[in-house]
Amino acid sequence: MSFEISVRKRLGERDIHVNFRSDAKLTAIIGPSGCGKTSLLNMVAGLLRPDEGHIVAAGKTLFDSAAQADVPVEERRVGYVFQDGRLFPHMRVRDNLLYSGRVRRTEDHSAKLQEMASFLGIETLLNRWPNSLSGGEAQRVTLGRTLLSDPDLLLMDEPLGALDMARREEIMKMIEHVRDDMALPILYVSHDPREVERLSDTVIAM
Amino acid sequence: MVTDAEIAILLLSLKVSLVAIIVAAPLAFGMAWLLARVRFPGKLLLDAVIHLPLVVPPVVTGWMLLILFGPQGAIGSWLEHWLGVSLMFRWTGAALAAGVMAFPLMVRAMRLAIEAVDIRLENAARTLGASHWRVLTSISLPLCFPGIVAGLILGFARSLGEFGATISFVSNIEGETRTLPLAIYSQLQTPGGEESVTRLAILSIALSLAALLASEILVRRSGTKRGSYVL
Repeated sequence: MSFEISVRKRLGERDIHVNFRSDAKLTAIIGPSGCGKTSLLNMVAGLLRPDEGHIVAAGKTLFDSAAQADVPVEERRVGYVFQDGRLFPHMRVRDNLLYSGRVRRTEDHSAKLQEMASFLGIETLLNRWPNSLSGGEAQRVTLGRTLLSDPDLLLMDEPLGALDMARREEIMKMIEHVRDDMALPILYVSHDPREVERLSDTVIAM
Repeated sequence: MVTDAEIAILLLSLKVSLVAIIVAAPLAFGMAWLLARVRFPGKLLLDAVIHLPLVVPPVVTGWMLLILFGPQGAIGSWLEHWLGVSLMFRWTGAALAAGVMAFPLMVRAMRLAIEAVDIRLENAARTLGASHWRVLTSISLPLCFPGIVAGLILGFARSLGEFGATISFVSNIEGETRTLPLAIYSQLQTPGGEESVTRLAILSIALSLAALLASEILVRRSGTKRGSYVL
């Protein structure tokens, strides 16, 4: 089971209610802006606490209101690719990629860094500052930083949202590669039906 | 030329202000963090109390310090009894007065710096496995550091100029509590003290100007280096 999610959350006037199970490698969540897609990802990541329900992902119970289980964010091993990248502006690309203690503490972290950099085609960017990167470059670095943190699953919040058509294709191919070659269940949020159709057969509408 | 006595006054002023800022800095940072990040009942009142020294006549602040830290005061008698420490008529009392007067300015600058740190970056760090402590030391503090230092410099400049609270709390004692502004005041009362007043005043203005410039440069530099981060 990749994901088993049943949560309820009241945010101001909105009532977010999500209930699904999925075994797919990539589960797509689709819906109009403001319907609570990002809130759902935040609940899976542990950044937002559901009012009630449970979240099981990649075989681990991350949250269960009945059992009073709530794994802290930093222990969830949830890789979150944010829509707005969120690279740390005061660190070079290399330090962003190696931020997670889970990769930095490993002995062969520089080999892992090189491998990831060549997979994403960002070898020449390692000494750059985030604010000097283009949108596509920044999104690749964000993906690399997330993958290097050795997550059990991936959350992607409109990762193509801020990119032009040419860059979209490039990042889309990388996401397909991650989906097919790394054993990571992915929860993918988008508002674009065509994008979602290409990536997954399992589409949840919100 | 500046006389040895004037150099001694300058050094005493620097000592008083430095100690005031070093002691007040962690308290100011904690208070700024509380006001910027934590929601609790009575926050508005606490915010107002912290800002009081900024608006109350400094003489009143000095009088309140006298009541609290005097030999019969709630804190003063405790300090005297348990630690054998008295702040009355001592340079340490002058440092306390300077620190209290500079406190609101420091909290204000630090609070703005903390509020400017993007919480989304801290959240991103946590999803990458960073503990609260590591998020603080590797993300929050480095991002608000220039603002924190600017707050310290501003507080330092304010301490150097402290007059009213100091003179009413610890009096005007040569070599102990007579800092630059108090020395200028004394010289103004002394026949033939005009030249000394001029030199001390120029020293004061130069120090304050240097501090303000340093603070402004730090804030600007942090603004251009980091910029507002967009993907």
